Amino acid sequence: MHFGLTDEQQMIVDTVREFVEREIYPHENTVESTGEVPAEIAAEIKRKTLELGFYAANFPEEIGGGGLNHLEFALLERELGRGSMALNHFFGRPQNILMACEGEQRERYLLPAVKGERMDALAMTEPDAGSDVRGMKCVAKREGGDWVVNGTKHFISGAEHADFIIVFIATGEDQTPKGPKKRITAFLVDRGTPGFEIAPGYQSVSHRGYQNMILRFEDCRLPDAQVLGEIDGGFAVMNEWLYATRITVATMSVGRARRVFDMALGYAAEREQFGQKIGKFQGVSFQLADMITEIDAADHLTLASAWRLDQALPANREIASAKLYASEMLARVTDAALQIYGGMGLMSDLPIERFWRDARVERIWDGTSEIQRHIISRELLRPLGA
Amino acid sequence: MKVLVPVKRVIDYNVKVRVKADNTGVDLANVKMSMNPFDEIAVEEAIRLKEAGKASEIIVVSVGVKQSQETLRTGLAMGADRAILIEAAETVDTDVEPLAVAKLLAKVVEEEQPGLVLLGKQAIDNDCNATGQMLAAVLGWPQATFASKLEITDDGAQVIREVDGGLQTIKIKTPAIVTVDLRLNEPRYASLPNIMKAKKKPMEMKTPADYGVDVSPRLEVVKVVEPASRQAGIKVGSVAELVDKLKNEAGVI
Ligand SMILES: Cc1cc2nc3c(=O)[nH]c(=O)nc-3n(C[C@H](O)[C@H](O)[C@H](O)COP(=O)(O)OP(=O)(O)OC[C@H]3O[C@@H](n4cnc5c(N)ncnc54)[C@H](O)[C@@H]3O)c2cc1C
Repeated sequence: MHFGLTDEQQMIVDTVREFVEREIYPHENTVESTGEVPAEIAAEIKRKTLELGFYAANFPEEIGGGGLNHLEFALLERELGRGSMALNHFFGRPQNILMACEGEQRERYLLPAVKGERMDALAMTEPDAGSDVRGMKCVAKREGGDWVVNGTKHFISGAEHADFIIVFIATGEDQTPKGPKKRITAFLVDRGTPGFEIAPGYQSVSHRGYQNMILRFEDCRLPDAQVLGEIDGGFAVMNEWLYATRITVATMSVGRARRVFDMALGYAAEREQFGQKIGKFQGVSFQLADMITEIDAADHLTLASAWRLDQALPANREIASAKLYASEMLARVTDAALQIYGGMGLMSDLPIERFWRDARVERIWDGTSEIQRHIISRELLRPLGA
Repeated sequence: MKVLVPVKRVIDYNVKVRVKADNTGVDLANVKMSMNPFDEIAVEEAIRLKEAGKASEIIVVSVGVKQSQETLRTGLAMGADRAILIEAAETVDTDVEPLAVAKLLAKVVEEEQPGLVLLGKQAIDNDCNATGQMLAAVLGWPQATFASKLEITDDGAQVIREVDGGLQTIKIKTPAIVTVDLRLNEPRYASLPNIMKAKKKPMEMKTPADYGVDVSPRLEVVKVVEPASRQAGIKVGSVAELVDKLKNEAGVI
C-alpha cells in the first residue's frame, strides 16, 4: 500500500493549483457580484487550458484528451474545486458519457467536445422528476422514422454555454408485475434544433454565475442518428458513465474544504480576543481538529473510490459513500469556518459566506444525500434478501 | 548553443516563513518547497531561446538535497531537455553556500560547454545574490546581471540590466553568465503532455566528490530571528498637529 503521489501526479496537482490561484481566484468577485462570467474571461481560461493540454484531461489520448486515469483526474478536479465552479467550467471537462458516441457522432460531438470547439451539458432532471429519474414525463414518440419530443427539463447546468445537450427522454413503457416502467433513451440535441428552446432558469444561492437552465421541447424532431447508445438503452449508458459526476462532487468538495480550512486556521492563529489568539481557546482549536480530520477522511475515501475504478474493482458503493461523506463534510467545515470567523464570516467582504452558501448544493445535485444512502444500503442489503 | 540553467529548491513563495524556536534557522519541516521563482524565469527564458532556434539544448542542474529532483522535474516539465542533480546536502536545513555552488557549476560548465548559463539573480531563501557573479569569476567569463531583456546576437548577447535608477544596455561576448530579474518574462505553466514526458527525460545523479569540490561551509550562522515587527502608528487630528509633531517630536522638519 502506498499513499504518496508520483512526481507526475504532484506536478499535475501543483500546476492546477497554481492555475486556479492565478487564473480563477482573481475573477471570483466579478462573477459573484454580477452573476455571470464575462465572455472574454471565459475564452481566456479556455484558451489557456487548451494550450496547456489540460482540456478534456479525462478523455483518452488517442482522441486528443489528456489521458488521465480516474485517480489523477480526481486529483486535478480536487484542485479545481478550490476555485469558482462558474469559472472553472471553462477548464473544460466534457461528460465522459460522450465516449458512447459511435460512427459519425464521434466527428460531430465527441472530437469537437474534446478539442473545446463545442461544449456539452447533460439533462435528466424535470420539474416532476428529480431523484425519481424514471418518473420523467419528457417523451419521444415515433413518427415517420424519426422521434418527436415533447416535455421540459430544468436545473440544467452549463446549458447556457452548451452547443449541444445530452438529454434523457422516455421512449416507451413496459408493463411489469410492479406496474408500468418507462424505457429511456439518451439523445444528442443540438442548440438551435427546431422545437428545442434553452431558457433561463432560477437564481440559486450556490455557485452564482454557474447558471442552471430550463429546456423546452415542443414537437422537436430528432432522427435516429441523434440517439446516444442504444434505443431504450438510456439506463445502460447512465450506469456505464454517470458515476464520474459523483466523484467530481466529492473531490471538489474536498478541495474547497481545504481552501476554507486554511483560511480558518490562519484566522484562528491571528485573531485575538480576551488578550490571546482565539486558536488558544479549546472551543476553537478542537473545531479545527475535527475539520481537518474530516477533510482528510473525505479525501482518502474519494481518492480510494477513484483508484478502485482504475483497478476495475466494483466501486459504486464506494463512490456513493465518497459523494455522501465529502458533501456533508463540506457543509460542516464551511459552517465551522464561518463560526470561527464570527460576524465577519457572514459578510460578503470575505469569501467565507460564499463557500458556506456554495456548499449547500453539493448535498443535492448528482443524487441527494438520501439517494446516496439508498444506493449504499441497497448494495449492502439486497444480497441478503432484505 | 547549449544553455545551462541552475535551479534551486527553496521554500515556496506563498508559505509564511517561521523562525525555529532555537533561532538556528527557519522551519522547513512539512512546508511546501518549489523552484526559486527567479530560476523559473531563467528556465522560461531558455525555453524561449530554444523555441526561437537560438538554443539547441537546455540542461537544468541543481545542487542540494535529493528532493531537488522534484525541482528538476518541474524544469523538465516546463521544457528543459535533461537534468543533473548534484547531491550536496543530506538534510533540507543545509544550505550549500554560493561559493561551493559556483565551483560545482564551473565543473559542470567545463563538462557541458554551454554557450550561456542563465541563473536567477538570487534565491528567495537567503537572498545572497552571489552565485552567478561567483561563477563568472571562477570561470573568468563575462557576466550580465539583473537582466530584464536578453537578445542573442551574432557574436554574443545584448542585455538590458535593471540598475538603480534606470535601465542599462550592455553587450557581452558569449559564452557568458546572465542572471535574470523579475521583469524578464512570465514563466509558463507545465503542460500536461510535458508533465507526462518529464519522467522519460534523463536525470544524472552526481555528488561533489565526482567533481572534486569541497562543499563544507565557510560561514557560520550565529542566529536567525524574525524581523522586528513595526511599531503601531499614531493618528493625528489636524495638519497643524502633524506639523507640530514632525517638528518637535520627530525632529525631521
Ligand atoms: C444548481 C443545480 C444544478 C443542477 N444541474 C443539473 C444538471 O446539469 N442536469 C440534471 O439532469 N440535473 C441537474 N440538477 C438536478 C439535481 O440532480 C436534482 O436536484 C436532484 O437529483 C434532486 O432532485 P429534486 O431537486 O427534484 O428533488 P426530489 O427528488 O424532489 O427530492 C426532494 C427530497 O426528497 C428526498 N427523496 C426523494 N426520493 C427519496 C427516496 N427514495 N428516499 C429518501 N428520500 C428521497 C430527496 O433526498 C430530497 O430531500 C441540478 C440541480 C441543482 C440544484
